[in-house]
Amino acid sequence: MTMEKTVNIMVVDDEEIVRESLTGWLEEDGYHVECAEGGKKALELLPRRNWDLMLVDLKMPGMDGIQLMDEVRKTVPDMLVIIMTAFATVDTAVKAMKKGAYDYFVKPFNPDDISLTIRKIVDHRKLVQENLFLRKELMKQYKLRDMISKNEKMLEIFDLARTVARSSSTVLIQGESGTGKELLARAIHDESPRMNAPFISVSCASLTESLLESELFGHEKGAFTGAAVLKRGKLELAQDGTLFLDEIGDISLKLQMDLLRVLEQREFRRVGGSDLISIGSRILAATNRDLKKAIAEGRFRADLFYRLNVISIHIPPLRDRREDIPLLVDHFVEKFRPAMGKEIRGVSERAMRIMVDNDWPGNARELRNVVERAMVVAKGNLITEADVSLPSSGLGANPGAKSLEEIEKEHIRLVLSENHWNIVQSALTLGIDRVTLYNKIKKFGLKREGVAPKE
Amino acid sequence: MGAVDPGILRWLEKEVADTLVAAVREMPSIPVPPSALEAGRNQYSSTKILKELLREVPEDAIKLLGITGADLCIPILTYVFGEAQLGGTAAVVSLARLRQEFYGGTPDRPLFLERVRKETLHELGHTFGLIHCRSGDCVMHLSNTVVDVDAKGRNFCTYCWAVAASNAGGGRVR
Repeated sequence: MTMEKTVNIMVVDDEEIVRESLTGWLEEDGYHVECAEGGKKALELLPRRNWDLMLVDLKMPGMDGIQLMDEVRKTVPDMLVIIMTAFATVDTAVKAMKKGAYDYFVKPFNPDDISLTIRKIVDHRKLVQENLFLRKELMKQYKLRDMISKNEKMLEIFDLARTVARSSSTVLIQGESGTGKELLARAIHDESPRMNAPFISVSCASLTESLLESELFGHEKGAFTGAAVLKRGKLELAQDGTLFLDEIGDISLKLQMDLLRVLEQREFRRVGGSDLISIGSRILAATNRDLKKAIAEGRFRADLFYRLNVISIHIPPLRDRREDIPLLVDHFVEKFRPAMGKEIRGVSERAMRIMVDNDWPGNARELRNVVERAMVVAKGNLITEADVSLPSSGLGANPGAKSLEEIEKEHIRLVLSENHWNIVQSALTLGIDRVTLYNKIKKFGLKREGVAPKE
Repeated sequence: MGAVDPGILRWLEKEVADTLVAAVREMPSIPVPPSALEAGRNQYSSTKILKELLREVPEDAIKLLGITGADLCIPILTYVFGEAQLGGTAAVVSLARLRQEFYGGTPDRPLFLERVRKETLHELGHTFGLIHCRSGDCVMHLSNTVVDVDAKGRNFCTYCWAVAASNAGGGRVR
């Protein structure tokens, strides 16, 4: 005899002798059994225990067995129900099974049949629970801090990240927008001995050259007009922690040179200052641009590239690791559930298929937003295909646009934004040359938010 | 209960006394209660029989076992070999389905007696609070058919014996 978790069975029947005898018989098998004489009482008992199985009589005054099953499913969608009936008709049997009854027994039933059925259910549930446990255990291996994947390349990246975390080498993280470059940088920081020191992140693309310079190096009081007080830069604020330079591919050639000097000499001066300040922090950099191409085009310094690229990590786009999509969807659902205030249990098969089939130009970040939105609009506790709203590409994007010119403008704007205003890439996508694209940008007055388009 | 071969009862009395190391006494026969008859099934409700048996428990007895030739059932099951109050006083065993003749075979008295012994100990085991045992060697193993009865062991496993003894309060079962 082995010690196991008690199996809880609820018997619902309006006949007392049936409840009594079935309870007695099931208890001899070691199950915990409770009875209800009707649907109302059964629904009262429902929340009191984690029921493994309900044996429900079909014909009862008031609520019948199938109605009760429907009611129960509203709160416990996966409840196993066996319908019992003395009045066997094919119609009711089919109806019960269609409604999702686990089995259908005609009274009186053979003791061996019911014994085997219940034993099968119990064994099955044990397997499911074991499986859930093992899956959670396995998930731990798929994780690096806030990142999750079971893609082979990604797992190699996780391993590499854990290894490099122990060193102080500069790491260059490359990958499309939304692939999780900053998450990886944070993970490296969190896994490193610097974990208790600051993690400072600078988005190089969002600032103009002079602002970025003062942001990175800080400035002395009165260094330039408006510099009323001394300001410490991010390099200084990072102390012995980690400085993460995001979108490093977007910085000007002048700043590239300054940065190179800093990396080589491990010291810098505040703007307008004369004292040398030494750097204790570790530098991580990231970009969604093809830096080798940028070097070939003279937009990025080769020496800075080699200085940053001591260790190189390239995160593959989501469309190249579709096996991660279901994993990420579950991860996001779990992550957002507490804040949503509703019990979203998962995603319907069709909704998942749609998401797995999508190309996700915005990668995991885009997927995250879509899942979050779906959870907000979901009506039941399952995300269905109706809740999944994927950004429609092309013409559908702006139903308000009427003229050919308006649609052209909208389309160019969309392509540019998808390519992060990479002119070469956008021109390639649009099937026009760069000069034509520049002319159209000028003609339609298109602007990148906050930043002037550059090559 | 009803007409039962006295030879069987005498044999069983000794088997139970020897196995449980307890004093066993045969009581005068009582009829199978007509109120326990299940209309249209030609079977008797074991649950109702148990209720009748409870009125017959002598003051000096801790358990009362009914033996009957009648075929038993409970309302939702086509038949049972017996029924007992789990951790209670009364148990009943039917001889009807333990005979080879029931299944169209030729009488086999040793096999029949062995089955009676197993089902009797099994139902009594329930009155000592035992539930079905996973071990196929234990008489408390679930047996819904005579094939199951024949396959399982004829005694309690060590674990079940210990549980039964502790539930009996160390009094009569040693």
